[in-house]
Amino acid sequence: MDLFRLKAHELQQKLFRREVSAVEITQSVLARADKVDSTIQSFITRTPEAALAQAKRVDEKLARGEAVSPLAGIPGALKDNMCTKGVKTTCASKILANFVPPYDATITEKLAAADAVIVGKANLDEFAMGSSTENSGFFVTRNPWDTDRVPGGSSGGSGAAVAAGEAIWSLGSDTGGSIRLPAAYCGVVGLKPTYGRVSRYGLVAYASSLDQIGPFARDVRDCALVLGAISGHDRRDSTSINAPVPDYTAKLESGVKGLKIGLPREYFVAGMQPEVEAAIRRSIDELVAMGAELVEVSMPHTQYALATYYLIATAEASSNLGRYDGVGFGHRGEGSDIVSMYKRSRAEGFGPEVQRRIMLGTYALSSGYYDAYYLKALKVRTLIKQDFDRAFGQVDVLIAPIAPTTAFKIGEKVEDPLAMYLVDVCTIPSNLAGVPALSLPCGFADGLPIGMQIIGPHLSEATLLQVAYTFEQAHDYHKQLAAIREVD
Amino acid sequence: MKLNRKDVEHVALLSRLELSETELDKYTGQLDAILEYIDVLNQVDTSAVEPMAHVLDIRNVMRADEVQPSLPREAALQNAPDAEDGFFKVPKIVE
Repeated sequence: MDLFRLKAHELQQKLFRREVSAVEITQSVLARADKVDSTIQSFITRTPEAALAQAKRVDEKLARGEAVSPLAGIPGALKDNMCTKGVKTTCASKILANFVPPYDATITEKLAAADAVIVGKANLDEFAMGSSTENSGFFVTRNPWDTDRVPGGSSGGSGAAVAAGEAIWSLGSDTGGSIRLPAAYCGVVGLKPTYGRVSRYGLVAYASSLDQIGPFARDVRDCALVLGAISGHDRRDSTSINAPVPDYTAKLESGVKGLKIGLPREYFVAGMQPEVEAAIRRSIDELVAMGAELVEVSMPHTQYALATYYLIATAEASSNLGRYDGVGFGHRGEGSDIVSMYKRSRAEGFGPEVQRRIMLGTYALSSGYYDAYYLKALKVRTLIKQDFDRAFGQVDVLIAPIAPTTAFKIGEKVEDPLAMYLVDVCTIPSNLAGVPALSLPCGFADGLPIGMQIIGPHLSEATLLQVAYTFEQAHDYHKQLAAIREVD
Repeated sequence: MKLNRKDVEHVALLSRLELSETELDKYTGQLDAILEYIDVLNQVDTSAVEPMAHVLDIRNVMRADEVQPSLPREAALQNAPDAEDGFFKVPKIVE
């Protein structure tokens, strides 16, 4: 049997019953990556030796009869913007091409404490800025369902690795849709938790008021297990929420009877691919047939979310990325004086999308434009959050598309930044409001996966997982792995 | 036009980015198109709206001012492009 095809909770059962060892599981996943990664290119750095050593430690613990966590011995991947002590962390940027962090991110520590196995660091759009992983400073990751297409972004490597069998689970970060979009395009489950649910300590900052770490998984139960392992308060991240972490698997089988589902009409935008809209509407009908109640809601400021995001995110990025100056770490360019050294280092180190966003953010914050752009965006952000507050006064969750279309072709949008930004129109509002949102496979169009978005109020992750699980169990989408044309 | 080539030159300097002539032209067109799009925000009346400070209702987070272990100097310098005698080394700043 191909162990790499199984879910984490299935592997965990086999491991606890001693039917397989953690080393065998890890070997299976590593062998799959050996076979497919030259085609898919999910990883910037692979760590097979460390993964096998960790798996061996788990086997020894089990042999001694020690209690281990549900993720013990289960191989996963981290997006390469999460710090790993002694292992390169590049953010897919030339400016950090040789950066080896002297410390671990909080999630890295938590996963180590859970005895998880890490098989590598996954590709992304440089500094998590993009929707296709084409902005990686190193190479483009391919969609396992159709290798001519993008995996989505910015966590494209994390999504593709799970879909291609190169990891059982992974972590991504989501600032405007960067977990949910690749999850939808790659046909796996992805969750952006409530802002502050997972510590950002050691996550390389893009837009600090929006960034949030979350899981990719093959099914909803695995998603709940990974979320449980990484959530919680951290004194090193003052924005992390000091609330207890529930058992996210506890409510999975509670069904949707009596649950109120909101349909926000503004999310069904003009120009949507008809098959995508049909799949979402069909999924909602099914949830109603399972006992949920449908309520139409209106969120009138949705149309302003994209413009608001591109001011706030870029303003924060322009400040956060000021640290790459060729002094403390990262690439240094030649310059006879300090300013020319800064300018050269940053021009050589940053790719075009990062340069564009730094300049847009710098402009929005600059003297004479601050009120018209940045302050205006902060006010519209308040209105967008109020739309969510009003909607969640009426309903338990909202259901919407993740993106207007299925995965697009590599190269299709690279020359038109605005067209690329429009891909995120349905995912950005939840980041601005700080609410959790989940991406769940709900159909196919021409062999490409379609993602349904389930959004809830702050700290409602357990409810989102419950709705997702109920829908998932009535279908087969989680039972299939992508068949890679060049390999399978 | 929301912004011209001169604006982009100025923003590039503030951003500490050295741009070629071709890059300046390209970014001017692209940033102008993005700002045109962002103009949509002017349709929204925000005269009575407070700017958002934080999505959650959390206030200043305080902790005791206690000395904690920090990164050893050697580890802090390990990624430096240039270092000498325990310091980061940079090109001359003061004439």
